[in-house]
Amino acid sequence: MLRDVTIGQYFPGGTPIHRLDPRTKLVWTVIFITALFMARGALSYALMLCVLAGCVFASRVSARALMGSIKPMLIIICITAILNVFFTRGEVIARLWVISVTREGLISAAYMASRLVMLISGTFLLTYTTSPIALTDGIESLLGPLKKIRLPVHELAMMMSIALRFIPTLIEETDKIMSAQKARGADFETGGLIKRAKALLPILIPLFISAFRRADELAVAMESRCYHGGEGRTRMKKLRMTSRDCAALALGAALPALIVVTNMLSGA
Amino acid sequence: MAPIIKTEKITHVYSTGTVFEQAALTGVDFQAERGEYVGIIGHTGSGKSTFIQTLNGLIKPTSGTVFFDGTDIRQSKARTREVRFKVGLVFQYPEYQLFEETVFKDIAFGPKNMGLPENEVSERVREAASFVGLGAGELEKSPFELSGGQRRRAAIAGVIAMRPQVLIADEPTAGLDPSGSAEIIANIGAYRRSAGATVVIVTHNMDEIARNADRVAVFDRGRIIIDASPAQTFARGEELTAMGLGLPSAAMIAARLRERGLRLPDGIITAEGLRAALREFKKGAGGGNA
Repeated sequence: MLRDVTIGQYFPGGTPIHRLDPRTKLVWTVIFITALFMARGALSYALMLCVLAGCVFASRVSARALMGSIKPMLIIICITAILNVFFTRGEVIARLWVISVTREGLISAAYMASRLVMLISGTFLLTYTTSPIALTDGIESLLGPLKKIRLPVHELAMMMSIALRFIPTLIEETDKIMSAQKARGADFETGGLIKRAKALLPILIPLFISAFRRADELAVAMESRCYHGGEGRTRMKKLRMTSRDCAALALGAALPALIVVTNMLSGA
Repeated sequence: MAPIIKTEKITHVYSTGTVFEQAALTGVDFQAERGEYVGIIGHTGSGKSTFIQTLNGLIKPTSGTVFFDGTDIRQSKARTREVRFKVGLVFQYPEYQLFEETVFKDIAFGPKNMGLPENEVSERVREAASFVGLGAGELEKSPFELSGGQRRRAAIAGVIAMRPQVLIADEPTAGLDPSGSAEIIANIGAYRRSAGATVVIVTHNMDEIARNADRVAVFDRGRIIIDASPAQTFARGEELTAMGLGLPSAAMIAARLRERGLRLPDGIITAEGLRAALREFKKGAGGGNA
């Protein structure tokens, strides 16, 4: 049930993708998304799909886990696709009262849907293969230059890693509280909207109380270990770019160029 | 008489199909009679907590059947819901689930969900509160004004108020001081005697089991590997120690005394038993200094 939520989850592993520097993976994800929006025509999309499939294969993330990440977005994808089908002008192939389906509409719906699916899979691949700690370290390092304009980069990264760290904890806690209230006959599945909203109170109140308690305990634990923000803080595990990362980044840089080429080829 | 609760070959696997796939239970057969007091022990991750949640239908086992009073608890949705009220489950640290403005309202949550009339609800709340030693003064307070031990007892009262025929508690004394623990165990015992209910308690406190339980089920890696009386169970001290479990202190003292050559009978697991055996020994030794 709740246990199966995969958002922000990390599947530990030792594949080449797992071992890449988190900064490389972050930059790659940005490049991938950019390339995805540059892509026009079947050839470019096929290329993007190959790149994605290659990464998925190399990371050994199960197709099932990836499908699980797309599932919650399915409604958005469907709505986008349907809107595209009906609101694109062009050659009409079917007509239903005032609504007409065009050939161009169908094509653009297909492109839009596959773009969204690839976008979601690509970004989830990042969180599936990068531990939350590595991810925030990477973000902190990439945003480092912004410290010059007094942006509290370290604090932001710390907040993010704490938030990520507590997602599973809070899910587990919610699960436990739900079970406990269910054991007393709480019913979350039947009744109208108001009844269902009311039924959530026995979960939300204990959950909020425990979240505040945890936050308090964490703050005390951090202060008792002399945490005082990022200034002068050193790291035990320094991020280090290897030749593998350089190769990956070079490939990443080549991707948009390739997309430009394939765009021109399919445009011709 | 037929057992009040019974499981047949219960198996449960978490996160099927992912890298986190893990079998929590593998083919567990268990049963408890009416009025019986069963202790469940086993180290962390041995499947105890998953197991007790299958008993009231909160967890649907991957395979296997749970019977309450002779019928499958998953026969119909109505049956599962009915069983929820008859098999009361107290979770670990239940005080974190309190949410109402007053203790009274929180204890009333279960009986209200049962659809009982107002006067019956308040009668049950008062009855449950008296089992756990909470007075009228505490009932009107906010749960957050109570002490830790009182809060725990209020949460247990919330389950007792449903008048379950089987009361299951997952480490009800965890994190309490000795007198607080003793009170909780006495509260549960009082409910059991008065309602003739079956009690199933998961615990790490072997002394508590030696003193109160009629039977012990030992979990190890998702199986019940010992299901016997406390005396028989704790006689297998070496097996238990190998599993990382302890023995009641009286049993440990008796074992050390035997090592030193005192001929004590087997099956000493409580302080009273040990005292009686030592008196016997003293008599046998002709009143000498033993």
